[in-house]
Amino acid sequence: MTGGWQSALAPGGSSADAILRLFWPTVALLGLIWLAVLLVLAAALLRRARPEAPRRAGAVVGAATAGTVLVVIGLTLASYLVTRPISAAADAPLIVQLRGLQWWWQATYPEEGEASGFVTANELHLPLGRPVRLELSAEDVIHSFWVPNLAGKQDMIPGRDNALTFTPTVPGVYRAQCAEFCGLQHARMALLVVVEPPEEFARWRAVQAAPATAEALAAEGRQVFERQPCGACHTVRGTGAAGRTGPDLTHLASRGTLAAGLLPMTRGALAAWIADPQTLKPGNNMPLVPLSADELQALTAWLASLR
Amino acid sequence: MRKPSRPRPAAGVSVRQAVPLGLVLLALCGCRREAREVRLDPPVAAALAGVAAMPNGIGGRPPEVYFVLGKPYRGNAYQLSEGKRLYAWFGCPECHRDGEGSGRGPSLLDGWWNHGPGIETIYLSIRDGRPGGMPPYRTRLTHEQLWQLAGYVQVLGAYSASAAAPGRSDQVQSRPAENRAPARFAPLEP
Repeated sequence: MTGGWQSALAPGGSSADAILRLFWPTVALLGLIWLAVLLVLAAALLRRARPEAPRRAGAVVGAATAGTVLVVIGLTLASYLVTRPISAAADAPLIVQLRGLQWWWQATYPEEGEASGFVTANELHLPLGRPVRLELSAEDVIHSFWVPNLAGKQDMIPGRDNALTFTPTVPGVYRAQCAEFCGLQHARMALLVVVEPPEEFARWRAVQAAPATAEALAAEGRQVFERQPCGACHTVRGTGAAGRTGPDLTHLASRGTLAAGLLPMTRGALAAWIADPQTLKPGNNMPLVPLSADELQALTAWLASLR
Repeated sequence: MRKPSRPRPAAGVSVRQAVPLGLVLLALCGCRREAREVRLDPPVAAALAGVAAMPNGIGGRPPEVYFVLGKPYRGNAYQLSEGKRLYAWFGCPECHRDGEGSGRGPSLLDGWWNHGPGIETIYLSIRDGRPGGMPPYRTRLTHEQLWQLAGYVQVLGAYSASAAAPGRSDQVQSRPAENRAPARFAPLEP
């Protein structure tokens, strides 16, 4: 599960759909004009020179200018009409707060009706066919939210909250990418957006809101996590770890990728990441915490059990 | 009649100009950006823990590897920036504010050190805590992070200006920059 091809030409949401409907007519019209200009140019080059003929450029230039003005006005109007509903507010949207940090994403699903709220990271789940309102903010520097297949771009600016509303219409896994240069690991700041039927979304939501459960084999790993500095930055609900500066790890193993799209979520990748984060993603804020082989073994067993 | 002028080369740069220009360009190749050491080799990081402390926890000697590395936690801008990030991340402003201190924690700006200004003493204060409310951070930070934080705190209250400075704060400055000239007891003397 790493997300498909990032392309605005394969829309899976209302906003990308609208943009595509504007895109193709614009390309067709401008392509026609380009062809016409080339034809006229070719005709002018190939025509035999007739110095004695009177010059009658006035009418042609006037017609071309009028045509250009008409086309520009027409395209501006079309663009206005198509993009106006994109920023319109929707009825009863699902609200998700998405925060950009160097170099990962924090997603907060607030309490809604009977569903309790929770915090997760680097993966969004959205119900099919229901409008979603993403409230975008940033912690440290400017980031930008962009899922080409669904919506965007919208900047995430420290101290200024932006919002983006759209409706996912095609189920699937879409890859998002930070679209504003934000430092050393900007290229490795990806986000998966999973669009799924409402009942599956409700199930996911219930699982995410629950605290972590530790299986017998993994109990030792939990002790390692609590003994070592991990909990100073990470939260695992249901344990003593309550750090706020790193990603929430309560249901880490339920996500498709690790470290904001860097690695697939496997136990081996978890071990590699914890053993040497600065080689895999140099400059990121996760320190290399020295662990013994046994500690690492137990720790990854526990983390991989956090579904 | 015009005076015959010396012939000029067509390309615009004579040999006499090109030689020093080339030397300057060659010298520029020697310029190096300050190194950002984002990953310490694990044995080096482990050696950083070996501080020789006096029995009372005040004064001592940093491990040999600290000098071998070239004292980066005091003079390297990247390490200072990391220290500044940790200062905010690990709750130091709760008691020490932006360095000016509060009823719960002493000022770090005034040039007065309760346990001495040595970096190994500051490191020990953060690692083991101090009586009077300073909690120990040895289980919260790695040794490299402890050194980064200690270096930043030392620069905050340094007696002299420094050429290396961490990144600027995004908030309005509530105090002088970290690499300013000497610290004073009062922010402004009458």
